[in-house]
Amino acid sequence: MIPNGQSAVIERTAPDLSALQEQIQQLQAQVDALRAQSPENRLSMVVFSGDLDRVLAAFVIASGAAASGMEVSMFFTFWGLTALRQKRESRGKTLFQKLMGWMTPVGSRGLGVSKMNFGGIGAKMLRTMMRQQGVPQLEEMAQMARDLGVRIVACQMSMDVMGIHKDELIDGIEVGGVATFLGDATKSKATLFI
Amino acid sequence: MEIKYDVEVDARGLQCPMPIVNARKTFQTLQSGQTLRVLATDPGSVNDFKGWANMVAEAELVAQETTELDGKTVYIHYVRKK
Repeated sequence: MIPNGQSAVIERTAPDLSALQEQIQQLQAQVDALRAQSPENRLSMVVFSGDLDRVLAAFVIASGAAASGMEVSMFFTFWGLTALRQKRESRGKTLFQKLMGWMTPVGSRGLGVSKMNFGGIGAKMLRTMMRQQGVPQLEEMAQMARDLGVRIVACQMSMDVMGIHKDELIDGIEVGGVATFLGDATKSKATLFI
Repeated sequence: MEIKYDVEVDARGLQCPMPIVNARKTFQTLQSGQTLRVLATDPGSVNDFKGWANMVAEAELVAQETTELDGKTVYIHYVRKK
């Protein structure tokens, strides 16, 4: 036998329970939405610079992050594209694009340093100093980053402006636009512009 | 201090980021519960391995020590796979 007082309590709590259930459902929906937005363990980088020292810094960070279990995306744009070139091709280009092609380095070997370059002597000096200190060369660092699964994307728009064709760039890279970068950047814990 | 370990990576003479890159390659091959010992001469590796163990969920930095080996300061890192 339930005394009158207790049945009154049950009647009072019953509507509260359904309200609570509704609240839990709303919270669950919010948690799901937040989870979908929450960042991945990812690092996104824009490599705008074509300076040996800056590109090297980008690859050091990229391989360090990849070695720490992060997903890494590198977007090469403007002068950064010169680091990804493997040959010079002049066919099918405008005069300015040809000039641009001739005046910019082909690949990482041709990159100069951001300070004290002195027509490439500075870059040679830096490479020698790095070798003396046991620092991997930019080419080894880039290969290592790719072996570690770093995603490398070349910017289509700056390729079009500068007249760089995909077959002038190293193999195994992707081509994409700003949305490709933003797609990865918005899911990243850290974003760098180099 | 004598700490037991299963595998060793010799990163002596290598600069950032090579000690952690080489450590990662070997760490991936470890079984759960095994410990990796890394030898490095890079003084920055002391902080690097702390940061690395923070980022890699299955890695636990058991100990770090400094010793003299062949006239060089060597930083030793012990990382256990959880």
